[in-house]
Amino acid sequence: MSAPAPTLPAMIRPLAPVSWKTPIMLSVIGLLSLVFFGFAGSDQSATFGISTGGDVFTLPDLVVPGMATGIVLGLGMCVLAGYSIFLAREHRPTPGWVPMVFAALFIFAFLVWVVSGARTPQISLAGLIAGSVTLAVPLVFGSLSGVLCERAGVVNIAIEGQLLGGAFSAAIIASVTGSPMLGLLAAAVAGALVSVVLAIFSIKYVVNQIIVGVVLNVLVSGITGFLFTTVMQEDPELYNSPGRLPVIDIPGLSAIPIIGPILFRQSIVGYLMYIAVAAVWIGLFKTRWGLRVRAVGEHPKAADTLGIKVNTTRFVNVVLGGAIAGIGGSFFTLVAIDSFTKEISGGRGFIALAAVIFGRWNPIGAFFAALLFGFADNLQSILTIIGTPVPSQFMAMLPYVVTVFAVAGLVGKSRAPAADGEPYVKG
Amino acid sequence: MSQSELSPGVPPPTHANTINEQQHGIWVRITQGPGLVSVLAVFVALVLGGLLIAATDAKVATTAGYLFSRPSDFFSALWAAGTDSYVSLFQGSIYNSRQGFAPFLETLTVSTPLICAGLGVALAFRAGLFNIGAQGQIIIGSIMAAYAGFAWHLPFGIHLLVVIFMGVLGGAVWGGLVGLLKARTGAHEVILTIMFNYVALYFLDFLLNTKAFQRPGETNPISPILDPSAVFPALPGSRLHLGFVMAILLTILVAWILNRSTIGFEFRAVGANPAAARTAGVNVARSTILVMAIAGALAGAAGVAQVAGTEQVLTAGIAASLGFDAITVALLGRSTPWGTFFAGLLFGAFRAGAVTMQISTGTPIDIVLVVQSLIVLFIAAPPLVRAMFGLNRKSKNKHPKTPKHAAPAPAAPASQGGGA
Repeated sequence: MSAPAPTLPAMIRPLAPVSWKTPIMLSVIGLLSLVFFGFAGSDQSATFGISTGGDVFTLPDLVVPGMATGIVLGLGMCVLAGYSIFLAREHRPTPGWVPMVFAALFIFAFLVWVVSGARTPQISLAGLIAGSVTLAVPLVFGSLSGVLCERAGVVNIAIEGQLLGGAFSAAIIASVTGSPMLGLLAAAVAGALVSVVLAIFSIKYVVNQIIVGVVLNVLVSGITGFLFTTVMQEDPELYNSPGRLPVIDIPGLSAIPIIGPILFRQSIVGYLMYIAVAAVWIGLFKTRWGLRVRAVGEHPKAADTLGIKVNTTRFVNVVLGGAIAGIGGSFFTLVAIDSFTKEISGGRGFIALAAVIFGRWNPIGAFFAALLFGFADNLQSILTIIGTPVPSQFMAMLPYVVTVFAVAGLVGKSRAPAADGEPYVKG
Repeated sequence: MSQSELSPGVPPPTHANTINEQQHGIWVRITQGPGLVSVLAVFVALVLGGLLIAATDAKVATTAGYLFSRPSDFFSALWAAGTDSYVSLFQGSIYNSRQGFAPFLETLTVSTPLICAGLGVALAFRAGLFNIGAQGQIIIGSIMAAYAGFAWHLPFGIHLLVVIFMGVLGGAVWGGLVGLLKARTGAHEVILTIMFNYVALYFLDFLLNTKAFQRPGETNPISPILDPSAVFPALPGSRLHLGFVMAILLTILVAWILNRSTIGFEFRAVGANPAAARTAGVNVARSTILVMAIAGALAGAAGVAQVAGTEQVLTAGIAASLGFDAITVALLGRSTPWGTFFAGLLFGAFRAGAVTMQISTGTPIDIVLVVQSLIVLFIAAPPLVRAMFGLNRKSKNKHPKTPKHAAPAPAAPASQGGGA
């Protein structure tokens, strides 16, 4: 996927010339933040509500002055950038925590700036975070599907189709059987079916995986749109009223401020999300199976030589990924709202793809990337309500712009599995 | 990532059937060649689409209830359900007794942007690049063209040329940016173009809510109507405009670039094997930037065809799903300029006819998406199509199955350098 991968062992890397990309990017962003969020910040104060009504204990609202906070956080970012420059002069690479802390400061500075500049400078932090997690659910499932496929060397552009297929079958099966749980199961089956087509065409017939993915998205969109008009709209009572999966409230724990609602007040799909992230991470990085999958994705020939069935492994992974994305699709019709409409996934499969890359093909990375994108999505709608200086469309662009930066290696380098997208023909 | 594998960028492997060539070269060429597979793929896709229509048809369902007592009813209902839709599709896109060939003019109108954008995707394919970004390039092209069309008031003749130039420039910049990022950083163009599509989409949405772009006195996101001097002259009595001639000229131009020009040779060399091309002295980075810029320019021309021809106004849905349709057009056309041209006509006919079909038979337009994507899937997997019609048997019985399977293998090394 990327430029020739560095094949030298990591131990001799300090001898290599140190990249100035990170220090320069951090300095530029840090200085810009200091100027825009700090010196050009609003003189209003921003109020962040932390507790909601149902919490066990109430924390006071966080009130911070707009300009002063911006300056402090901006200076913090500049210090980190300076540290990075110092390290680069010493020919040492910038450690991983620096960009992460930097990003956290940046997000907070941005939040303070944007809220303090609004007409009503007050938002509920708890609501913002809980909403972000909710919006991130389908993205997380979609990106896990992407991680599973791409780690095995199959590019999965069809996440969008898997989500949409899952959403559709969840709606129709749950409506007909009257059981949302069966709908959830049907969603997994539908996602897996989309994946089976992807697998057959890209593995058996060695068709370019990107072509298959792109075309599958169109195909699923066409079939679900067709059936929506011809079947669902004929009798919405019978075919398009799936009902919702109940929200399961874990008593006690769900009343903890901020983290309570996001961890312990979710639907089954929400809980499954946490389980799936953990399972995929452990599966890929802590088991023999995962080692084999990654071998197939990095160097299929070597894996084959050692007796790993390359194409079988890929097939299984693609189908498994499809099932996971399908479950994510059920979120649209069983959790978010209780009916299907055309194109209900609305391009989220592509954001999930972005999360895969931004998360560096790692389930946990993809999870946080998806959370970030969910956060941007939710912030966008909240900001529209409180009336901010930033047009909401630019907030909506954020995940995509961030991904472009990530793949272009402007902020760190995200590298795909070496054999990602390469069909394997034995011999 | 591999593009050269089975992407249409690679010319059909003529060397693949050297062994059989003496004996039944012609038979092999007919059955293994792309032409027959394309026709069969369209046929199979239409049949499957017809079955989907029939499966949801009420009459088919009732007759299926007494299938065993009177099977003829079932099969005639099945036949009717499938064919009625296609007949009205034909009537809406080519000819019907009431309007004569007027629907065909509508087909040409609809196919104009498909052809332009399809050429862009096809050109990139030939250079081994996956341009999923036609959608964004069309949007940026439309924005620039529309702005030049309604905000600037220039004399007749010059105005249209300026509009075309601005649209093409917009697309070229948006596409070229992807080429630049890929050439400089090695980022994959598929990801970049997908992301750029969304950025363009939201950017358009933003602009249509600003003073500069929103029509005065309008709350909906819609631009002013383009000046009469800024739009393509149309054929009286139809929506067909001079943009179609532009599409023909662009097809000729792309054919010339690919087959006759030095730069086109370099594009194809890079597409076939970037490492070899680099060794041979081709500047791969420059070639990547240039090919994406030209591809973007072609998509920008599609945007011009939309705002200065069919729609004459800029809306949020100006690009509809043209950019994604363009990919299927290029794939069906096997990335040759004239193949793309005729594939654009075919899909234009589907699009134009689907409107009539939905009105007269109630079959949703979405069936076009199904048929379109099935066609491309089948075309991409010739062995599958041949297997369906038993055409594989010839080479299977004969021992040397290898030549056919050997074909993908030589492409594999080329693809490894593809992402570099």
